[in-house]
Amino acid sequence: MSGLLTETFLAALLSGAVVAAVPLILAGLGEQMSERAGVLNIGLEGMILGGAYAGFAAAVGGWGIWGGFAAGILAGMALAMIMVVFCVRLGINQIIVGIAITLGVTGVTALLHNVYFARTYPRLPAPEKWAIPGLSQIPLIGPGLFDHHLMTYAALLAPFVLMWLYKGSFLGLNLSAAGEKPEALDAAGIDVTRTRTTGALFAGAMAGLGGAYLSEIGSGIFVPAMSHGSGFIAIVLAMLARHRPVWVMGGALLFGLCLSAATALQVGGVEIPTDFIQMLPFAMVMAVLIAFGRKARLPAALGTPYRRGQR
Amino acid sequence: MSEMTEAPRVAAAPRLPGWAKPLAFALLPVLAALLAGALVLWALGSDPLNYYTYVVERGLLRTRGLQASIVHMIPLLILGTALIVSFRAGLWNLGIDGQYILGTLTAGVVAPKLVAVMPVVPALFLAMLAGAAVGALWALPPALLRAKHGINEVISGLMMSFMATSLAAAIIKLWAKDPASLEPQTSTIPVEQRLPLLPGTDINLGIVIALVVTIAAHLAISRTSAGLKLRILGLNPAAATHAGLPAPRMIVLVLCLSGAIGGFAGAVELTGVLGKMQASWNPAYGFAVVPLVFLARMNGWAMIAFVFAFSVLSIGGASAAVRLGVPQSFTMVLVGFLLLFLALAEWIDQTRREQA
Repeated sequence: MSGLLTETFLAALLSGAVVAAVPLILAGLGEQMSERAGVLNIGLEGMILGGAYAGFAAAVGGWGIWGGFAAGILAGMALAMIMVVFCVRLGINQIIVGIAITLGVTGVTALLHNVYFARTYPRLPAPEKWAIPGLSQIPLIGPGLFDHHLMTYAALLAPFVLMWLYKGSFLGLNLSAAGEKPEALDAAGIDVTRTRTTGALFAGAMAGLGGAYLSEIGSGIFVPAMSHGSGFIAIVLAMLARHRPVWVMGGALLFGLCLSAATALQVGGVEIPTDFIQMLPFAMVMAVLIAFGRKARLPAALGTPYRRGQR
Repeated sequence: MSEMTEAPRVAAAPRLPGWAKPLAFALLPVLAALLAGALVLWALGSDPLNYYTYVVERGLLRTRGLQASIVHMIPLLILGTALIVSFRAGLWNLGIDGQYILGTLTAGVVAPKLVAVMPVVPALFLAMLAGAAVGALWALPPALLRAKHGINEVISGLMMSFMATSLAAAIIKLWAKDPASLEPQTSTIPVEQRLPLLPGTDINLGIVIALVVTIAAHLAISRTSAGLKLRILGLNPAAATHAGLPAPRMIVLVLCLSGAIGGFAGAVELTGVLGKMQASWNPAYGFAVVPLVFLARMNGWAMIAFVFAFSVLSIGGASAAVRLGVPQSFTMVLVGFLLLFLALAEWIDQTRREQA
């Protein structure tokens, strides 16, 4: 046990927690905006997975890591477009369409993986890190928090940008109105459909980016169904954080720490069956929901399509 | 009076029989999904026509394939019933896969012990009840969260499902492993102590149980007062509360009943087909059944037909995966397409009704 508490070990634990948290932060922030605008995106899991495949395939195909991120964003947005057309425009049940997207993407990415990568299992090289001068020299937290790929820092800053967006911009207010009282937004002369479209597309882009991060930076390979429920966890994070982007990040980091601790303990030689480790994040979500469920709040018009003049 | 004041219909369209429209609205999405699937196959470099004919031949036309398809229907029918029970009440029991897995596990642990000490029929019956009880228990946390705090049962149900797969594997590896086997799995029920086969076939009695459960549930929902209450809850929760129905208690009851049926499905499949539970067993039937239930418009009889068609597709698809190299995950793609086109058809139908 004493070997566990070395500085290198703890730094690796922290660093792993951040890397594990980033996809959840990105997808959770996207979902938060989408939910704010009144679109419950159950397809988030599928968008993460789609982004993971697209990002990985692009990076392997010579587009580089950043090209991969762009591909992930595009894939997520393309899937979100389905959500927009079916749910926002036509008003079809958001849960059904969400399940369809998740199922379809799981199938399609498994098929594509089978065709292109199943024989060779290509692996991306370890990502290029960018140590923040000065800060990365601090013992323990330096290598743990301040020695990451650039995208990691971007993800950690994103909640603050969104905080500003929600508090200080018209778009932020419009988004909330679209989720709480769409008819009021309509009366104010702003297009509800367009506002909701913005929210849904943003969720797709963020989930796709999170997926690309997961495959490119997190693991370096693509495995079918590799998102393993993180989309659903992100939805819960967005639900519990209510309107606060920073809380999404806090929750995601807690999850990341829990995931990272489980892996680290295993590497450190502590005997825990992997199955229990895999259970941990989901058990944690249930525990959090049971403990704080009362406080989870969703916008009033969430999940209901908006039709003009209809009550 | 009202008949006389009604304006006479001008140039009425030729009247179709009552079942024609639902049938068209069920078949068109199926056709569209098969077409979209054909495009995917073509893009992957396979011949779609070749694939589909192979699937039909292997899953339907050969006696062995047909029997396998019918056996495959057993868990799907019972799970579909579990979903219908919850969907009709406006509740989304998407934790069904977890309930199924723990029901399977429970029967896998209990049944070999019971058949050793008592006659087969009561032993298997008890094992099925145990599976159902565990399924209901696993549905309880999402049900309570929904009833007490209004938390969406979709998410919490999925969380419970993810937990169940890992929990089942851990339980088998730590406490319920068959010492005689190298693989992590429960003790095997001897073949002669499983559900008996229907004479002259490879199909076990489970299909009869599944059909009885499906039809009984359908009749209970459409013909009894309890079924009516359930439907009122689904159609208009506010009205249900106004009518004096205890909505929160009903939510818990319905979701647990659905969970019990889900656990029962696993137990029936274990005692009839599997004989043992393997640590890695997670067929994720639930998501495949969701679209079938919608296609059938939550009607038990129609679901039987669609589950049969899907079983043929799965069994034929499994052969095709070996012979034609089209992975089994293609079936999942088809199901995803099906769900989308189904939603679209529903929308078209609704829009037309609004305009009429």
